[in-house]
Amino acid sequence: MSKQEELRATARRLLAENRVDLILGYTAGTLPLRTTPFFARTPAEADLLVWNAFCEYNLTNYLPRYTGNRVGIVVKGCDARSLVGLLQQNQVQRERLYVIGIPCAGVVDRRRVALLAGGAEITAADITGGEIVVRGRGFEKVLPMEEVLFPSCRRCRYGNPVLADVVLGEKVPERKETYEDLAALENMPAVEREAYFAREMAKCIRCYACREVCPMCFCKQCFVDGTAPQWLSRWVGTADNLFFHLGRTMHLVGRCVDCGACARACPVGVDLMAFNRKMIKDAEALFGYRAGLDPEAHLLLGTFDPNDPEPFLFRG
Amino acid sequence: MIIAKDDLPTFLDGLLGTYQVFVPLADGGESRYVPLAPGGTFTWQGVNTRKPPKEILFPQSEVLYSYEVGGDRVELREHFDKTKRVVFGIRPCDARSFLHLDRVFLEQEHQDPYYRERRENAVMVGMACLEPASTCFCTSLGGGPFAADGLDLLFIDLGDRYLVRRVTPRGEALLREQPALFRPAGEADRLAAREAEEKAKSLMSPIPDLSGVKPWLDAGFGDPLWDRVYEKCIGCAVCTYLCPTCHCFDLTDEAEENQCVSGVRIRTWDTCAFPLFTLHASGHNPRPTGKERFRQRVMHKFRYFVENWGEAACVGCGRCIINCPVNLDIREVLREIMARAAGAGVSA
Repeated sequence: MSKQEELRATARRLLAENRVDLILGYTAGTLPLRTTPFFARTPAEADLLVWNAFCEYNLTNYLPRYTGNRVGIVVKGCDARSLVGLLQQNQVQRERLYVIGIPCAGVVDRRRVALLAGGAEITAADITGGEIVVRGRGFEKVLPMEEVLFPSCRRCRYGNPVLADVVLGEKVPERKETYEDLAALENMPAVEREAYFAREMAKCIRCYACREVCPMCFCKQCFVDGTAPQWLSRWVGTADNLFFHLGRTMHLVGRCVDCGACARACPVGVDLMAFNRKMIKDAEALFGYRAGLDPEAHLLLGTFDPNDPEPFLFRG
Repeated sequence: MIIAKDDLPTFLDGLLGTYQVFVPLADGGESRYVPLAPGGTFTWQGVNTRKPPKEILFPQSEVLYSYEVGGDRVELREHFDKTKRVVFGIRPCDARSFLHLDRVFLEQEHQDPYYRERRENAVMVGMACLEPASTCFCTSLGGGPFAADGLDLLFIDLGDRYLVRRVTPRGEALLREQPALFRPAGEADRLAAREAEEKAKSLMSPIPDLSGVKPWLDAGFGDPLWDRVYEKCIGCAVCTYLCPTCHCFDLTDEAEENQCVSGVRIRTWDTCAFPLFTLHASGHNPRPTGKERFRQRVMHKFRYFVENWGEAACVGCGRCIINCPVNLDIREVLREIMARAAGAGVSA
């Protein structure tokens, strides 16, 4: 039985036995390379659930909306870590959840596929074995899956969900976690790095898709939306955009699990992962902290340890 | 008229003495209309740019006026942008969106002078769509891949040359600035253009019939449809900020550091997707959840705008479909509405 068939059977059973009110999962999208979030409420609807490498959304983002429901939710490895974060922060109640974990070998980076396919409109995409075949008007291109996975997925150590009530299908091999991608930015002279971030920030249109799609951005009111006082100008420009993104980044330290939902949601391709991954790397290097592994653990920024390194202090 | 493709850079370069020239450009994840540098070239392969040319007439952020309090009076200085511009390569759907923006900003009791100055100083040069994308549905909304509404000139790509349709006297005047580059079109050119148009139309996805949408929406404000249809919406501004017709804005004052005695009043895009959109000073919000906000977007585009102007505030460009972070497809929403309309026996 494929993971998708197993998923449908599991969801059907949960709904038929009235163990959950709804299942948060994925169904077929209206565009190639896409699926779309789906809220199945009947056993018949369970048969519309899909599982494939286009299931790019982190559905735990929706959970805080359903505090009054018993929810079944489909999680990939990274999503499970977000769920741990939500539990740590009391945003969801474990006893109302039924967690369907699916070991994940990575999701497709649709923008990278579009780039590698030459930029012409892709009208169909199929995954067969280790390859993805994309077609458009007058062209067909075969690309190795490994080359089109989202960058975070290519070095993801936690493809197997750390938390689940049921795990569907075989485990996936653990990948080697590296931060090689950050080396270029870290080694850049400060002036060039500043110019790089200025360019990225100039692209931002402040649609806040990164924030809205992020399971960790659950503040009732974001600091940039305050009006009395108004912390951030409505002006959309490099400096104001940077203020928002740095504020968000610092607020995600020790909470971001590198799921990449923000970068995939960004309509203008801002390099959001550079911020996030640098914070993830520092949290681990300085404090030995990895987000989203233990629901009982305290948050990094919610803990004080006299032995914490303080290299920024005099004689720290 | 006909201009050889090889002469296009000369034509655009020749405009630079008088105009700021915008052309479509793709750069990394971004694609939008950008100013052309002298001697600069561009190639554009796609259908629509990620960002529509709307921002040229209606920037995401603009200073309306600056103020300074001094002695016994307040000095106000308005910031009008009278730059002469040519926007080249506009797709017919985006050109049509200018007509919608004109209605909002110009065709009411009070005109918006900031928009008007930009609009009156811009010459709009279109580029017909030879190969519409699968997400295009302009023909469902009164447009078409070769439509010239909202344009001053329409270029049609005929391989090694462009056939140029003169739509307005202003467009015609632009061609007369460099007459040596243009020659009259012949019968063969016109035939080739007609064939290209037929081919482009045949490539459009089948046209959904949207005639029942407005009548259903008239009575559908409280329908249970809204309880579910927004459910996957995350509440970001991608669909509205990338929409060529969305025009809601916010006004704020930006005081400078010197005790508020001087500053600027700015206008920035706003969106019905955000909680702040209709948040009252009292703290009450008449659109408290994603449901009401999503309904507002659909209602404004397909009901209120139709009531006010006789047409939907949508040109079928497909940007909201392509760029929605969760693939919430407006065509699906309209289909669901049509299905309900058919079930309820509602018709136009």
